Amino acid sequence: MSDSTSLLASFDFLDDAVDAIKELRKAGFSDDLTTYASYPDHDLEHALGYGQSPVRVFTLVGGLTGTATGFAFPSFASMDWPLVTGGKPILSIPAYVIPAFELTVLFGALSTVIGLFILTRLPNTAPSVIYDPEFSAGRYGVLVRAGGRADEARTILQKYQPVELREGSDA
Amino acid sequence: MATITESQRRGALTHPDIEQHGEVNRDILKMLSRPGKGWWALLALCIVGIGIFFGSWGWQIYRGIGVSGLTSPVGWGAYITTFVFWVGIAHSGTLISAILFLFRAPWRQSVYRAAEAMTVFAVMTAGLFPLIHVGRVWHAYWLIPYPNQRFLWPNFRSPLVWDVFAVTTYFTVSAVFFYLGTIPDVAAARDASTGLRKKLYSVVAMGWRGTDREWHHFGKAYIFLAALATPLVLSVHSVVSWDFAMGIVPGWHATVFAPYFVAGAIFSGVAMVITLAVPLRKVFGLEAYLTTKHFDALAKLILLTSLIVLYAYLTEFFMAWYSGEPPERQMFWNRLFGPYWWATWIMLICNGLVPIMLWFKRVRHSIPALFVISIFINIGMWFERFVIIVTSLSHEYEPFAWGVYRPSVIEMGVLVGSFAWFGFWFLLFTRLLPPVAIAELKEVVPPRMRKKQTESVEA
Repeated sequence: MSDSTSLLASFDFLDDAVDAIKELRKAGFSDDLTTYASYPDHDLEHALGYGQSPVRVFTLVGGLTGTATGFAFPSFASMDWPLVTGGKPILSIPAYVIPAFELTVLFGALSTVIGLFILTRLPNTAPSVIYDPEFSAGRYGVLVRAGGRADEARTILQKYQPVELREGSDA
Repeated sequence: MATITESQRRGALTHPDIEQHGEVNRDILKMLSRPGKGWWALLALCIVGIGIFFGSWGWQIYRGIGVSGLTSPVGWGAYITTFVFWVGIAHSGTLISAILFLFRAPWRQSVYRAAEAMTVFAVMTAGLFPLIHVGRVWHAYWLIPYPNQRFLWPNFRSPLVWDVFAVTTYFTVSAVFFYLGTIPDVAAARDASTGLRKKLYSVVAMGWRGTDREWHHFGKAYIFLAALATPLVLSVHSVVSWDFAMGIVPGWHATVFAPYFVAGAIFSGVAMVITLAVPLRKVFGLEAYLTTKHFDALAKLILLTSLIVLYAYLTEFFMAWYSGEPPERQMFWNRLFGPYWWATWIMLICNGLVPIMLWFKRVRHSIPALFVISIFINIGMWFERFVIIVTSLSHEYEPFAWGVYRPSVIEMGVLVGSFAWFGFWFLLFTRLLPPVAIAELKEVVPPRMRKKQTESVEA
């Protein structure tokens, strides 16, 4: 039972949420924390100790694929039926810079979005049990998957005066 | 220790009347409630306009391209003019959403969602014009680069093929960028709504919850998209300008065209943002969100780009004279004093002279004045493209091939109808999606703190 206890605290004040996260991390809950906020807050990110996001790998790979495609495709099309127009070389590399550039942006952007969806697990169709509509309005949520240490987590969270503290054995 | 950041401090000065994050949700989501009579009246007007649009186009499809005024020597007329006009309008949206995002401009948050929606709808409008212009629209798919029956591919050295790449990429990327930005705000709308709307928003928001993981990757993805969109926006109008500049037509064949078109695009687009933002602010009571500081910043952008555009006009005239080329010289003389003198003077007055008023702070801070100036610029920028395209084609090298083009009623119907088509989508947008970026605005409104901050935010 107590092995899967989760606590969800809602805070009105940002500094309370940030301080609670810091203390929870000190107490060893680093990997069991999820926060909810209505906007991207840097203090929350710092408190959780985030590093680089791997989204950039998707952007780079997508962009380079686009560049390669943008040169390869017009080159192939020109070689497929070599027809001299305007006395220009069959492979007019400077002219292909434009398709290459556009496809770099197109593939880079699309793969960034794909990367984002993979990394954030969106679309998320699971019913949102652990959620509060207030999180998209202004409150800050801190979810602790406390496991067997629910009492310890509860003490820490309560110290920072949450507006609401919910508990459940779900998730 | 959580602290107020520099951007929040500056944001608080720009939006002095917003005190809490919850307020932002309440004020913005209120706009999605039942529309008033004015909205319905405008929507009805737009639907009538769309009728004119498709009626005119339908008649042209039925009777053939001959119902337009397009004929030798002017094969590009009002349709291409309007195409370039709408692509240009699109540009300022990406400027505000991507370039000013990278520059961390503290005033962009309130305007950017509307500007970005404007981008998407303007490109949607522009995208119709090549289809209208080709005449036999059922062959429009020939634009897509694929080999014909004899396996001959299109010529990739042609700027028209580049244009297909540029405009489709621009539409795709700006639509994706726009959609991605709305996800957190639609999630907020989902949480505040009920019934059918809740279901609709749940699908659009894709289960966004605002967790730390979501925001972390979202923030990075957004930066990369902005970084990709920034060169894209500069490239798209450059490519459009090369549709002209790559041709050896007098008045077109100039290296100044790419920067000249990009500046003109941003100039016209920012003017359109003002044209749309003034009524939006009035109707929805967004005075706390669109302050005179925002309009002042937009007006300064107009001022800057108008100077670049004016400089480009003067450069063109100077180069025509300095080149010593008789056709080039004649063409520019013809622009000022030929059959299209009125179009050229409208362009010079609206884009070169009228914005000079923006040097005065009193004008920049007067919203009615800005609204009127923005309309002048919209008109002037349409005429700029008209002047570039039509005066050059009507007066090329051979005197026996000179001619005068007049747009037909059908072309006018399509032009007027395109505004209705654009307005229709924009009106739907203001009622269906949060028209001001809620989450981004909160980033620059200081968060609630229990402990007193050392630095006072209340000014």
